[in-house]
Amino acid sequence: MEFQASLALVAPELVLSLSGLALLLAAAWGGDKASRLISILAVAALVGAGFLAAPALCNGASGPDTLAFGGQVKVDAFAAFAKLLIYLAAAASLIVAPAFFERVKAMRAEYPVLVLFAAMGMGIMVSAADLVTLYIGLELNSLAAYVLAAFLRTDERSAEAGLKYFVLGALASGFLLYGMSLTYGFAGTTSFAGIHAALAGDMSKGALFGLVFVLSGLAFKISAAPFHMWTPDVYEGAPTPVTTFFASAPKVAAMALTMRVVVDAFGAQVQAWQQIVMIVALVSIVVGALGAIGQDNIKRLMAYSSINNVGFILIGLAAATQQGASAMLVYLAIYVAMTIGGFVAILMLKDANGEPVEQIAQIAGLSSHRKVLAVCLAMIMFSLAGIPPLFGFWGKFLVFQAAVQAGMVPLAAIGIAASVIGAFYYLKVVKVMYFDEPANVAVGKSDWAHQALLAICAIFISPLGYLLTGWLGGMADKAAAALYFVG
Amino acid sequence: MIQTLAFYIFASLVIASAVMVIMSRNPVHSVLWLIVAFFNAAGLMVLVGAEFIAMLLVIVYVGAVAVLFLFVVMMLDIDFAELRAGFVKNFPLGLAIALVLLAEMVMGLGAYKAGGMQLGTPDGTAAAAVGASNIKAIGALLYSKYLFLFESAGIILLVAMIGAIVLTHRQRGDTRGQVISRQVARRPEEATVNTQPEVGKGVQL
Repeated sequence: MEFQASLALVAPELVLSLSGLALLLAAAWGGDKASRLISILAVAALVGAGFLAAPALCNGASGPDTLAFGGQVKVDAFAAFAKLLIYLAAAASLIVAPAFFERVKAMRAEYPVLVLFAAMGMGIMVSAADLVTLYIGLELNSLAAYVLAAFLRTDERSAEAGLKYFVLGALASGFLLYGMSLTYGFAGTTSFAGIHAALAGDMSKGALFGLVFVLSGLAFKISAAPFHMWTPDVYEGAPTPVTTFFASAPKVAAMALTMRVVVDAFGAQVQAWQQIVMIVALVSIVVGALGAIGQDNIKRLMAYSSINNVGFILIGLAAATQQGASAMLVYLAIYVAMTIGGFVAILMLKDANGEPVEQIAQIAGLSSHRKVLAVCLAMIMFSLAGIPPLFGFWGKFLVFQAAVQAGMVPLAAIGIAASVIGAFYYLKVVKVMYFDEPANVAVGKSDWAHQALLAICAIFISPLGYLLTGWLGGMADKAAAALYFVG
Repeated sequence: MIQTLAFYIFASLVIASAVMVIMSRNPVHSVLWLIVAFFNAAGLMVLVGAEFIAMLLVIVYVGAVAVLFLFVVMMLDIDFAELRAGFVKNFPLGLAIALVLLAEMVMGLGAYKAGGMQLGTPDGTAAAAVGASNIKAIGALLYSKYLFLFESAGIILLVAMIGAIVLTHRQRGDTRGQVISRQVARRPEEATVNTQPEVGKGVQL
């Protein structure tokens, strides 16, 4: 009976793994010709898994009923919120992929299968309630990601991105495992609830070391400074649909996982990790803002922008309150929309032969020949910079509000000052598009799927998005309440 | 008594073969000595009642790792004489590293003896069933408590396999693959011809 209940709780993962296996067979027999069909079916599987995950969020599920497999997996509203974002981002990266890969005749039927398995791994990550679950989910996601980064194997930059990501990712996994083994040694258990109970009171030096190593490993996965070095190279080298995926779904998963670890496992040692998170957040904001200034490749610019945004999200975590967690989730949802919109817009920048345009100098004067695209890209840039009335402002507002209410006025002040620095390079892109001599390079036609996706993202981040604040905030509150549920 | 005897035999063989690994001139011999060392270490593990680890040592280290070493040694043209050339020059450095390791071991043992570490106590959720052999105990845990994670780990291996194939497999246009159905459907009459060549004329094909 208990086993069946557990299986029912992990139904989204079951759907994803079974459809992944079935589609793998379809890929083996159908070959690369069937890849478009397989992509559509994979999106359908993600939608199905999303529908299975959604009820937990709507009901605000929390407490012992959400524990599966003897407390290794926790399928509460928080996990469901993160899962829905992850599935959306994965589906978006599947939708944009065929048009990009088919041009270079590199669309392979395995692409959607790998994305499905990566999404499954991320689902396991966000519902982890045990160090072993955490690691298994993380590796499932990472292994698929390494392969996806090197997917254009004839392209040197893609191969380099894959190798770099793999070597540094393995190093980060090593950090994480070392921290986990120390934590296990000093707590005597791998379950988050058990660690929470065992470490209550004074924390020993060894357990503190474990916490620091675990946080370092996780900071690598969310590409927070000072563990961000791989991000620009991997984002630039990986094929753009894969970069869309990297910048959205795994960020959500790793961020949600970090929240789970610090709240569920180390919730009794707030003072131990709060400083670390604060410093990582500030360094990320500053590195992201300063590093982006010198970039001339728009994908690298977006990579630094993601480091910058991760810093802002971490401010919500540094507040260490339920309100902070809720603000982080809202920010993550808006960030996913902005990132997907941004990378889809980059995918749509093509020259007359359909070659991708990535240099910022080449999009000069874009507003003269691709008006709608220029407007959308400008909106996304303004939104990433957090300029009202665009929706990106709301996320930043919520995390700063949470930080101020937790009594961290200096942190919020430094963050706001740094976001002004960050606005510089976002505005530089807008200036190049609107006020520079037209370079007339990015004139290529774009796919209808890209246009549709960009339109959806643009509407979401436009001031119309504020109509959703109540609904989105309510969902995030439910998820954060489940995260902080004590019972 | 017999256990003590077996322990000393296994232990001295481990050390002797480990010495031979670094002393032997032929790298292939080194790898073979390494395999001997692994087997004897497996024997030691059986003695302490960890037959699962003994099995892993034999299957993973001897079966996979050592064979991999052997392949690498045989396939790469490494000049081991040249590698060994700097031995005297690097000897002090090696000695220093060995001393550091020794000091660490002594300090670690000292700390352990002094009882300075407050390690956590196992919560008992992963405790083995009383009386079961450790292979049984691990199997029982893997297929009941850790079933979900065990199966997920299987998916990880599948992803690794897909990845290896995606990144390395390529269809070349100039190779002639085997079409089994055509091969099976072929009859002797299609493949062979009986001719009666005249003497001195040869066969017209």
